[in-house]
Amino acid sequence: MITLDELLERDRRREEDGFKRKIRIGRIVKPGSGGKDKIIIVPTTVEEKFVHDEINLDQDPGEGEPTGGTGEGEEGDIIGEQPVRPEEGEEGEEGEGAGEGPGEGQGGEHELESNAYELGKVLSQDFALPNLQDKGKKRTLARYVYDLTDKNRGVGQILDKKATLKKIVETNITLGNIPDIANIDTTKFIISPQDMIYRILSREKDFESQALIFFLRDYSGSMGGKVTQTVVSQHVMLYSWLLYQYEKQVETRFILHDTEAKEVSDFFKYYSYKVAGGTKVFTAFKMVNDIVERENLAKDYNIYVFHGTDGDDWDKDGKQTLAEIQKMLGYVSRIGISIVEHTYVGSKQTEVEKYLKSSGILNKHSSLIKLDVLGENADDSRIIQGIKRLIS
Amino acid sequence: MELISQHVKGIMEECKLRARDHGLKFDDETLEYIVTNRDMIELSPKVMIPTLYDYWVHDVRVLSGKGMYEAYPSNPYETVINTRPAISFYNDNNPDWLNVMIFYHVLGHIDFFQNNLFYQNTWDIDLTGQALSDKRLIAQLRSEKGRWVDYAIEFARGIDNLVGYQNKLNHTIMKTSHRKLSKTDFYFDIFLQKIKKVSLNEYLKEITRFNSLYNGGEDFFEQVTAGYPEFEELYKKETAIKIKPDLDVVEYILQHSSFLKEDENNWIKSVIQIVKNTSLYFQPQIRTKIMNEGWASYWHEYLFMRDDRICGHESDFAKVNAGVTSMPKVGLNPYALGMRLFDHIKEMEDKGCYCFDYMFLKDEIEKKNYNQSKNSGNEFIINVRENFNDFTFINTFVDQEFVARHNLFVAGKRFNNSRMSLEYYIKSKKAQDYKEMIIDTLYHPPEMFIDKAGNKDGILYLNHKFENKPLKTDFIENTMMGIEYLWGGPVHLETSEPEASGQSATNYANFWDPASPVADKKEPAPVNWKRIVYAMENRKLSKKEV
Repeated sequence: MITLDELLERDRRREEDGFKRKIRIGRIVKPGSGGKDKIIIVPTTVEEKFVHDEINLDQDPGEGEPTGGTGEGEEGDIIGEQPVRPEEGEEGEEGEGAGEGPGEGQGGEHELESNAYELGKVLSQDFALPNLQDKGKKRTLARYVYDLTDKNRGVGQILDKKATLKKIVETNITLGNIPDIANIDTTKFIISPQDMIYRILSREKDFESQALIFFLRDYSGSMGGKVTQTVVSQHVMLYSWLLYQYEKQVETRFILHDTEAKEVSDFFKYYSYKVAGGTKVFTAFKMVNDIVERENLAKDYNIYVFHGTDGDDWDKDGKQTLAEIQKMLGYVSRIGISIVEHTYVGSKQTEVEKYLKSSGILNKHSSLIKLDVLGENADDSRIIQGIKRLIS
Repeated sequence: MELISQHVKGIMEECKLRARDHGLKFDDETLEYIVTNRDMIELSPKVMIPTLYDYWVHDVRVLSGKGMYEAYPSNPYETVINTRPAISFYNDNNPDWLNVMIFYHVLGHIDFFQNNLFYQNTWDIDLTGQALSDKRLIAQLRSEKGRWVDYAIEFARGIDNLVGYQNKLNHTIMKTSHRKLSKTDFYFDIFLQKIKKVSLNEYLKEITRFNSLYNGGEDFFEQVTAGYPEFEELYKKETAIKIKPDLDVVEYILQHSSFLKEDENNWIKSVIQIVKNTSLYFQPQIRTKIMNEGWASYWHEYLFMRDDRICGHESDFAKVNAGVTSMPKVGLNPYALGMRLFDHIKEMEDKGCYCFDYMFLKDEIEKKNYNQSKNSGNEFIINVRENFNDFTFINTFVDQEFVARHNLFVAGKRFNNSRMSLEYYIKSKKAQDYKEMIIDTLYHPPEMFIDKAGNKDGILYLNHKFENKPLKTDFIENTMMGIEYLWGGPVHLETSEPEASGQSATNYANFWDPASPVADKKEPAPVNWKRIVYAMENRKLSKKEV
């Protein structure tokens, strides 16, 4: 069976032979419990043929493709609805999820990291992305925190109910108090003090992250289809590459915006939330500024901010956005803005591009803020080229 | 991969006997293999043919299939391939009762493969054997020509949906059916209309004369030959003509490409031939998905419910069966749809509803109570499975009775601005709309003709027959680049595109932006189509209006 490396090697040779590259790096994101998603990196490709396009030009804007259905009801009845904005309730799950025990959750996260790390390696080596320049902030990589991680029998700070119950059942099986598993009588249980399992405070080594990346994505109504795919592709690769560069010591925050910004807890939500309302770009930048200020992050981290948009903004001269960017320039290591243009834009400049360029901010702070403008049909090599531009 | 045990094979053989009792027909020999889920992932890019040629796109699919499996493990019950003997693959972990049900399902597929006339051209081929020899040939070519073999495969696969499947099938059927053009048909259809171009009045007079003589014993043609002495000669000439089908795109390139005629490129022809044959082999399968799955599901349910081996597993069966054959609230399930439609057809025919008397009934209650007790439903559906494909199946048999009986509807999806949500609603409960919606999902590659008038100066001129849908523009460039390579010269493609492309997308963007003029209230303007010619020359694509 061929490996990913061999496939990419073969793809590079296609260019030499005068054909376009065909391999794309695809992702399967599986939502995990408690925000511990799993991202699986896979190669994908499309075999082009003459086929009919599925678009239906006769239908109203905002109407989707019809499909089949079964059930009671009359014509015109609404049979279900699906909110386009993420529901508030979903965020609440996190609190519960976090308590589920560290063992499982971290395993999931680790899987994401190791896969993305591999991709970062491939990108650095095979696509010849540059290595990161040392920012000169040498820091210790480890610090100690106290956490309720160790378990202890008999005494401790917090009773671990699940573990205790297991122990009790174990003891009682040994004692022969459970003759029939289908019919357990708990009143006959004997509980020994040694069966009580507690968690106790202990010193834990906690690795610090050197880099904090904010991923900002426009998910307004105009972002449907390929534009979003391209932005997300670029952000996955950026994330993977930074992960490799910082030896996995990377923290990420995800922010989506339409006319208001909202932080989502994990990459899956960042990646999968569908289009919603209008577009106000400044809200996302403002939220980053607020978070950095509130959590006092500028002191401890190299902060990167990457923003993906189709260049549409209701704030046509960008006054508010530019003010927020100006503020941000005081602490960031890099702001990278990708504008993915719809094909129908043609040779016109989008609003975001226009006001960024006319403000002169790109030249004045050329080492801190970069802009990449690409078409929605960009292929992987173009996207990677864009990454080079954003991090050069 | 290993053969199933003797015990399980015994179950299969028992199933065959009972299936035959109910009218299914299939060869005696079948092969059953146990495979793991991972084997399945590796087989599926090769359309389940273990001996199919190696190609890097298959490897890409295997890698992504493995990734997918890691995220969303699945556990397919069975897969059958249309070979002689028929081969089927199973999971290791099925209990006996489940195997009985699965075997009935598989036998349904095999019966379908071996009797549906759209498969006729696959009946005499040993596919696994042929694929193996193709695989060896390609491996050998690869050792000589390196990665250029993969380019040849890629470009050939780029046009493997233009292989003239219907033409070839038509040819086979015409050849085997021995139906000669009768003198009467020739006289009325060709001679009078096309050669003599007689007036309608005269034509009708001839028909009346033919009808009046029909039982009289007098020879109708006596007067014809008296009037037209050349008639006999022309009829003889017409029957001697062998109908030569138009060449499809792939065949045309194979026969006329200047590039492929060169000695050092001759090997590419073999590659194209292999890709083409493989594609042809699978064409009937793509075109009978709903029928084939429906047929197998219909029989596994029918046969297993009457089998004593279900005893004690009735509820297990109900659960598994519902998982496979229940109708989704929103969406399509070919298993469920096909099975219900076969059921419906059988019932309609049992009651004798496929007749004019029934069709002319206006009263719902009379329709409901109509019953001629023909009880010929079983024979009838066996006939349907022989002579229909998905399009004709859906188009002929989806009627209002069927739609009403199963509460079917076309589900629409629209955006609700005030609630910020996507609404699913019942768009239509009319059989006609439902039918059209299903037909729209069926496999239908674009029709392409070689336009001989445009074929000058070494240009290959492809003409796309417009069927109210544009081609997917993203795919045009690479596909045409491949054709240019195989053709060895410039390639032109004439097709239709909407007047202002991307217009709907602009509308959509404005829909959200209150600052721009109100676009959402406006009725979308009817789309104007224009003919466009794409030209591919030296790997550069250009386009202009006709």
